Amino acid sequence: MARKSLVLLSLLVLVIGVQLATSMTSTQYYLTQLTMSAYYAIVVIGLSVLMGYAGQISIGHAGFFAIGGYLSAALTTHNLIQFQESGVVKLLSSLGMIVTGQDLYGEELLVFVPWAACIVAIITAGVIAFVLGIPVLKLKGHYLAMATLGFGIIIYRIALASEYFGEADGISEVPGFTIFPALGDIGPVVVSGDFSGRVQNYYIAWCMLIIGLILLQNLINSRVGRALRSIHGSEEAAEAMGVNTARYKLYVFVLSAVYAAIAGVFLTHYNGGIGPSEASVMKSVRYVALVAVGGMANLWGVLIMGVSLTFLSLRGVFGSYDDAIFGVILIMIMLFAPEGILSIKLKGLFFRKNIRAKQEA
Amino acid sequence: MTSDLFFQFLFAGITYGIMYGIVAIGFNIIYNTTGIINFAQGEFVMLGGMLSISLLTVLPLPLAIAGAVLITMLIGALIEIVFIRWLESPSVLRLIIITIGISILIRELALHIWGESVRSLPYFYGNEITSIELGGVRISPQVLWVLGVCSIVVAALSVFFKVTPLGREMRACSANRKAAILCGINTRNMVTFSFMLSAGIGALAGCVMSPITYTQYDSGTALAIKGFTVAILGGLGNSIGAVAAGLLLGCLEAFSVSVVPLAFQDAISIAILLVILFVKPHGIFGSSEAARLKEF
Repeated sequence: MARKSLVLLSLLVLVIGVQLATSMTSTQYYLTQLTMSAYYAIVVIGLSVLMGYAGQISIGHAGFFAIGGYLSAALTTHNLIQFQESGVVKLLSSLGMIVTGQDLYGEELLVFVPWAACIVAIITAGVIAFVLGIPVLKLKGHYLAMATLGFGIIIYRIALASEYFGEADGISEVPGFTIFPALGDIGPVVVSGDFSGRVQNYYIAWCMLIIGLILLQNLINSRVGRALRSIHGSEEAAEAMGVNTARYKLYVFVLSAVYAAIAGVFLTHYNGGIGPSEASVMKSVRYVALVAVGGMANLWGVLIMGVSLTFLSLRGVFGSYDDAIFGVILIMIMLFAPEGILSIKLKGLFFRKNIRAKQEA
Repeated sequence: MTSDLFFQFLFAGITYGIMYGIVAIGFNIIYNTTGIINFAQGEFVMLGGMLSISLLTVLPLPLAIAGAVLITMLIGALIEIVFIRWLESPSVLRLIIITIGISILIRELALHIWGESVRSLPYFYGNEITSIELGGVRISPQVLWVLGVCSIVVAALSVFFKVTPLGREMRACSANRKAAILCGINTRNMVTFSFMLSAGIGALAGCVMSPITYTQYDSGTALAIKGFTVAILGGLGNSIGAVAAGLLLGCLEAFSVSVVPLAFQDAISIAILLVILFVKPHGIFGSSEAARLKEF
């Protein structure tokens, strides 16, 4: 237990250290991509528990990410002024879920509060995952992959085709998300793309990632986690030992969908918009690939690969060869280190060489 | 809906359906010998189209197509030899991720070689506006080419697997790999050969459909997704099932246009396929006993 908290603590120190280093060398522009990478990493660690521990593949997690992002974006930008007199809107506004404001042209604007939109989006993603999971998780292997892929395509097509979600343009001008209002001297905590809030947003994203990681670690080391691993080992044996396999699989599927939706909501507020490419199949494939190169059932490996590869491609380090390099990394790790990046033991490599050298001598 | 319109939709559906079926057969051939889905299958189709278009500048059309098919087969064999052959008892997921990586690589290579422009082969007979009247339905001769070539491929494949020694050895390899080894069959060569075969079929399909669907560096992805869907729905490894499921998807797409806007076409057809999959979890023509024996 002590070792685990030590590792977490060193991650925390690293996160703070990176921020201080960027502000000292005035390279704070790195923080923008680091923030985005952290949000993407939330999707990837959630998927890691589903794939690595429960052994269920999903090529549709960009769909859940998009449900979160698109719903919160649509609810906080679409004007409800024409429904002002309807009962539902009045009820919502008496609950404090709707605010009035002014748009760019001074027209009156009636939209959902980001908090309310966030909750609606996450609950929707969870419910969809629940309803979808009941039939889908009965499938296995390639069949499960196809079903989740199909779900991803449906979400992508809906986002691309409906006017409500902005068709090919997506939704832009999403307002900032005030998590805590200003209290006395302390300013408000807002998730938005403003340059002034860059450091703050970096910490928000990484705090969420670390909290998400701690929760997942606790889950894995609990009764639920052991049940999941037994499902991964052999579903029949798990069933015979009295594990309710269907329920646990569904539980983790919903959990990972909620992680993806949370990441979608926050990244959309941070970017100030969302486009249909976030829902595309290639995004889902990328998430699966990141989990695989991180070592499936290895949250730290997945976290490291998720953050570093996403950061490098967001920074555009590889230029127009970005996807090609990603493909090469994917192949290399799967060929030479199929248990993920953390399974490479440099020491072991050298030792083996020494032994061989001795034998030859 | 008038009967003329009905047949027009039906023909469009069959054309696209048989293309999906051919791509799905490519998936099945490799699945049968290795137990994996080769996600680079769509890229073979793209390569077939692109290579034949490039070769057309120096060769006549039939030779250009033959050359493109041969080169793609070599690429398929090369991929298997470099990335898959030497792995010792790899897990299915590992192989799948490798093929995903390969598909990304091929796509990026194609982007750097051919650029983003959309290309196509010329029509094999006549041009864009040539049409043949068949009982009140007007169809392009290219559609007949697609139907003809794809039907010949399907028929030739089933003969190949039933009659020829090589085909029998491949079937033995898919039925039980260990037993095949004991019978003296070199299963590794069979895997290489299955990659060549499915690359060649994919490339041929890419050539004949290029005048209708056009070819672009990333046109393989969408086709691979449809082909995968169809292969699953027909029951993995079942080629006749793949063609039937392909025709079903093609017709669903064609007729859905008359009910919902074109933009929702994919969403509707895939939603229907998902419902079918929930009712028949091993595909329309797949058997649950056979599926239980497979690792993944």
